[in-house]
Amino acid sequence: MADQAIATRKVPLAGLRGGSHAAVLTPAAPAARIALRAGKDAVPALSAALGVTLPTRPKTSASTAKRHALWLGPDEWLVIDEDGAELMGAAASSGALHSAVDVSHRNMAIIVSGPGAEVAINSGCPQDLSLGLFPVGACSRTIFGKAEIVLLRTAEDTFRLECWRSFAPFVFGLLSEGAEDAAH
Amino acid sequence: MLLIYCPYCEEERSELEFRNGGDAHIARPTNIAEISDEEFEAYFFLRDNPKGVIFERWRHIHGCGRFFNAARDTVSDRFLTTYKAGEPKPNLDAAPETSATVETYEALEGAAQ
Ligand SMILES: [Zn+2]
Repeated sequence: MADQAIATRKVPLAGLRGGSHAAVLTPAAPAARIALRAGKDAVPALSAALGVTLPTRPKTSASTAKRHALWLGPDEWLVIDEDGAELMGAAASSGALHSAVDVSHRNMAIIVSGPGAEVAINSGCPQDLSLGLFPVGACSRTIFGKAEIVLLRTAEDTFRLECWRSFAPFVFGLLSEGAEDAAH
Repeated sequence: MLLIYCPYCEEERSELEFRNGGDAHIARPTNIAEISDEEFEAYFFLRDNPKGVIFERWRHIHGCGRFFNAARDTVSDRFLTTYKAGEPKPNLDAAPETSATVETYEALEGAAQ
């Protein structure tokens, strides 16, 4: 009888560490994510079902312990659960009209942390990341080099940078260059 | 770097986050199956390509994802105003003056220095 091949799931950038003393790059642990679209009317019910208030102002997010809801557009959010909790079912239980797509494995995240985090990200991202315009909790879909990313500032010196997994090696490489520059 | 004000994000963002979507305020004929080939051509293909102010659709594709409209000076590349999709064409007389027309490469280079 032939041996059965068992595929193991490979996490992008598994085991990689990088950056500099100014900006440390750490691939984030796998997480659950949904791309959520809904109209204004559905926001209260979805917020209650997800246990996190969907923000309605541009560039803002809302977080509970391990769950984050990021405003991406007027009717669009990225919901992340760092514990990998089931988000599709939670959204469905709201009973409100919405569209949710499980993108847990489409995205991966890199944590950029340190006094040079802003500079490292700005090496490929045109947004003003100064604390006045991009405070803790601010989030935005934007661009990093040739890759689309979603940025969330989790602390004054820390960002969670989400990108599509196929872009992860590119994003990590360009971030490494930026982190090196930030150290000088 | 050109900064474009997104009426949905309510702030200026780099042009790198945007994509042009062609002329704005072009209404699709409601009787599209009945119009002549010439009328369809005029609706679908023919554009004015003006030298000066143009009303265009833009999409904040690497931001909020929204389409919106903009009035832009095709000579100076200056954005006169931006407004949400579905809103009427703004009256530009109330908007700031357009930049002086720059005709030559040399003049443009001069201005950049
Ligand atoms: Zn926008």
